[in-house]
Amino acid sequence: MRDIALVAFAQTDHRRSSDELSEVEMLMPVLHDVLARTGLKTADIGFTCSGSSDYLAGRAFSFTLALDGVGAWPPISESHVEMDGAWALYEAWTKLLTGDADTALVYSYGKSSPGSVRDVLTRQLDPYYVAPLWPDSVALAALQAQSLIDAGETDEPALAAVAARSRTDATANPHAQLSGSVPQGDYLVRPLRAGDCPPIGDGAAAVVLAAGERARELCERPAWIRGIDHRIEAHGLGVRDLTDSPSARLAAEKAGAFERPVDTAELHAPFTSQEVVLRKALRLGEDVRVNPSGGALAANPLMAAGLIRIGEAAAAIHRGDSDRALAHATSGPCLQQNLVAVLEGDPR
Amino acid sequence: MPEVLTAPLTVEFPFTRSLGPVQSAFLTGLRERVVLGVRTGDGRVLVPPVEYDPVTADEIRDLVEVAPTGTVTTWAWNHAPRRGQPLDTPFAWVLVRLDGADTALLHALDAPGPDAVHTGMRVRVRWAASREGAITDIACFEPYDGEQQQPGGHSGEFADAITGIVTPARLDYTYSPGRAQTAYLRALADRRTMGERCPSCRKVYVPPRGACPTCGVATTEQVEVGPAGTVTTFCIVNIKARNLDIEVPYVYAHIALDGAGLALHGRIGGIPYDQVRMGLRVEPVWTEGARHPDHYRPNGEPDAEYDTYKELL
Repeated sequence: MRDIALVAFAQTDHRRSSDELSEVEMLMPVLHDVLARTGLKTADIGFTCSGSSDYLAGRAFSFTLALDGVGAWPPISESHVEMDGAWALYEAWTKLLTGDADTALVYSYGKSSPGSVRDVLTRQLDPYYVAPLWPDSVALAALQAQSLIDAGETDEPALAAVAARSRTDATANPHAQLSGSVPQGDYLVRPLRAGDCPPIGDGAAAVVLAAGERARELCERPAWIRGIDHRIEAHGLGVRDLTDSPSARLAAEKAGAFERPVDTAELHAPFTSQEVVLRKALRLGEDVRVNPSGGALAANPLMAAGLIRIGEAAAAIHRGDSDRALAHATSGPCLQQNLVAVLEGDPR
Repeated sequence: MPEVLTAPLTVEFPFTRSLGPVQSAFLTGLRERVVLGVRTGDGRVLVPPVEYDPVTADEIRDLVEVAPTGTVTTWAWNHAPRRGQPLDTPFAWVLVRLDGADTALLHALDAPGPDAVHTGMRVRVRWAASREGAITDIACFEPYDGEQQQPGGHSGEFADAITGIVTPARLDYTYSPGRAQTAYLRALADRRTMGERCPSCRKVYVPPRGACPTCGVATTEQVEVGPAGTVTTFCIVNIKARNLDIEVPYVYAHIALDGAGLALHGRIGGIPYDQVRMGLRVEPVWTEGARHPDHYRPNGEPDAEYDTYKELL
């Protein structure tokens, strides 16, 4: 199997709104940034894959307009997933594995500010039994949080501590939307308080993947993808044990995460209670640095936040802050679908 | 930078969905105040029932009636109900395992406050007064401290089972077109058409979207184009569009405004439809209060040579 690495990562500053920018205007500087880090031009890229959802901003076919920022002429080899960019990265990784391409550009973006994202996300639910009730994303996460509290796996002070640690760590992340001392605030949907929930915002991210020697040419210390896998659980919330994430555990196992300890984990846990579930499912001990970027509690641009976890883990390897990192992305209500990637740097 | 434009945008669809046999029985049952589950290969009863076993993916069809009473397995207090949710007063979201079922159903619980709700509490279905075969036929759950009610042993067969549902969905947005299109729309309000030039290939985009799709760079230099232009290609419309008060046949054309690097499209008027031709020179016709040209009409200039617009078809 070919060795494939993440060789560059870029992201926007994440903000509550970006009215003055169209999606492509928001995305384009990130594309230029990530290409500049490698010296590559669009024409040098073998495969391009993106992730986004038209529902967020209510703009049909917005991903085709976003392609304007790539410079797709002469025609490029290109694909899109209506998912977080982490899954676009998965598609690009498989494309590179086939040998059809040696480099890939992966990007994703989300503008949640034009709509009411709590309501927008109800449209991804079972359309027969669940979506007609309009249960918003915070309500579903709150049901999961209460399950954890009932099971004795966490309590409100412990959840507040996850929020505080994430936003304190985010002070070192210049792209974060929410950092520093953030009050837990009132209940949004009890038992989740405002501080337990991610900020709503707009943002974009991009990475470059490269295979074999090409990766070493483009990056001093490539972040090699040692394994990557994604798994999904039943769509019925009442069928699942909401205190556990068997899909995340299985994805981690298939990605090789349990073969050796990791030193860093970037978890896509938009709600504090979901970090509790993921730490258990992914068997992360106290010695693992979890979300040094601040995670999704510091910035959660939908469709980009999962890709950002992989990008942040890779950037830690590029900088020499990590030798072996786990990156996780999620999709759907209550951690329904989970992707795990294991990244490593060359020995120093 | 001038203030960006915004406008309300509503996306609304009535989704019409057909039902599988299990979904049809379940939703028809709710109409008849009967709650049905489905038995899986390993003997569990799933409520709400699904068409396929979530573990083995086998087709499952063995319907089982369960009781309208049950137990809360988890809950969350919603003090601020949102549009479309089951109750418009504060309520608890609950997962309820009905008596006879092995899995839980998501719905609302009508309770006076969070202190009145706990995991393990007993509840029963409150039926909607008017029922049509939908999950909302259960109005909500309500606290219940009486005896466990017994299911009636319904077979799941109904004389007039529903075969589909219509679920309206509405999302409201505040649309903002971004920098480039805001500038374009502002100029249009003054009856001027502003494009933007690519700093790399020099092409002028109308309307501008902020980026050159060929070069992948921002377009920033504003360029006024038109008002006159050339018909580069056209078609004759013979079918009247609904809600459009234009007599057929009429001509819809690609029009390259003078100075633009690509054609935009518009209707051609002021000339019989069968006399419109490639190369025809046209100008915009504005109507009072309109935010864009109503149509284009011949401006009397001689036709343009093909070579002048052959790249703009």
